[in-house]
Amino acid sequence: MSNIPSDLKYAKSHEWVRVDRDTATIGITDHAQHELTDVVFVELPEVNRQVKAGDACAVVESVKTASDIYSPVSGQIVEVNKAVVDNPALVNTEPYGGGWFYKIKLSQAGEVNSLLSPEQYKGQVGG
Amino acid sequence: MLKRTPLFELHQKLGGRLVEFGGWEMPVQYTSIMDEHQVVRKAAGIFDISHMGEVLVSGEGAEGFLNHVLTNDIRKLAAGQGQYTLMCNERGGVIDDLYAYRLAPAEYLLIINASRIDDDVAWLQKQLAAFPKRDSVKLQNTSDETGAVALQGPRVVEFIDQCFPGPAVGGTDVARVSELKKNEIARFDFGGKPVWVSRTGYTGEDGFEVVSPADVIGAVWSKVLTIGHQYCLQPAGLGARDTLRTEVCYPLYGHELDEQTTPIEAGVGFFVALDKGEFIGRNVLAEQKANGTGKKCVAFKMTDKSAPPRPHYPIWSASGTGPIGEVVSGTQSPSLGIGIGMGYVKSEFAKAQTPIEIEIRGRRAPAVVVPKPIYRKAG
Repeated sequence: MSNIPSDLKYAKSHEWVRVDRDTATIGITDHAQHELTDVVFVELPEVNRQVKAGDACAVVESVKTASDIYSPVSGQIVEVNKAVVDNPALVNTEPYGGGWFYKIKLSQAGEVNSLLSPEQYKGQVGG
Repeated sequence: MLKRTPLFELHQKLGGRLVEFGGWEMPVQYTSIMDEHQVVRKAAGIFDISHMGEVLVSGEGAEGFLNHVLTNDIRKLAAGQGQYTLMCNERGGVIDDLYAYRLAPAEYLLIINASRIDDDVAWLQKQLAAFPKRDSVKLQNTSDETGAVALQGPRVVEFIDQCFPGPAVGGTDVARVSELKKNEIARFDFGGKPVWVSRTGYTGEDGFEVVSPADVIGAVWSKVLTIGHQYCLQPAGLGARDTLRTEVCYPLYGHELDEQTTPIEAGVGFFVALDKGEFIGRNVLAEQKANGTGKKCVAFKMTDKSAPPRPHYPIWSASGTGPIGEVVSGTQSPSLGIGIGMGYVKSEFAKAQTPIEIEIRGRRAPAVVVPKPIYRKAG
């Protein structure tokens, strides 16, 4: 059974979103890291890049496969997590903590409302 | 509909993650590829390889027939010995790579790739129909009635004799399994059923492979797991099997080998015995051994931290004038902690230490051609 914190929003494509006023932190869920298995490489977007909701903006690679990460929300990248680039295993060990991917300044704050609630995401992954 | 091995339900019970491989539903991992890889390098792992095919070739004409369709010299095998070999078409392209064992003076067992069973059997039947002494050769595809497991890792030898008590009742005459030398095979009695055990594998570690009737392999698997437990044995999936074989540069059909590629290009010319006389593909292979080939399969290592190389990524020369080839196998090496792989390049770039670049999502990352195997056990 995967961990789905109650204070986050979720995308169908298995990213989580933690909103703090006009900025959101993005990572991938416990369910996603479990499906990916051992993460060996993370590629993050450039700071200042403008992304639209649904854009592929990061890549996470396990031993077997490369997977695109889609931004759940639109805005400008304001910070990326260098620690997870140096130590990709953080995605597996702390998916909601040290394994975060990037922070984004929201340009369409309303998008957050159309993300999944923890209950809805739980329904999707059968957790 | 995907095919399932006799061990399918045991994989489910163990929590194995089941994926499609060559038409089969197989466990890619139980815990994690990294863990299972390390367990095999340091202790012991057991793999289900029941999806692989088995063909029995027997009769007075079997030796001559096999020497006609296979590249290695089968006459070098005494009863109880095996060899790596290849089966080629007239153009020298590889139909399959396989292990051939001589079980008895006029009885051979071929272990072939799961994804190639139908093609191989059709090819063998066609060649047999045209073989002068066809009446003295019997060909049997026993793939569906046969199961197999591989026990791999440095500690397997510590408990293998408890799993299959000796003495041998066929093949190499040994008092116990652990006396088998590399590439030797012997038959043991397993509760009244015959199991063949060979000292072979696909991981670069010491180990054994066990072939048995399909209805016995579940008991073999369970007994080995029970006995091996205190020696840190764990079940390992196809994911670890792939990273282990890539580190030691063993070819995998569909990656390093296919019908358009010859053993000489693939770097397995050692297993092509030109001196044995006529065999299918010999003309092309002799010409290539003498004059070289336009492309070669090389091993490479990424020189910096990068995304892992993957099959089909373009390979560039370091001077960057254009692609010189393509990756066929690639992964993050669990033993070395860096991206590794194999690929075909134009032969002038095949020398060890040649700097190359791997194109990963539109960007080129530096790598270097290295001698095979990429990973070698210390000591």
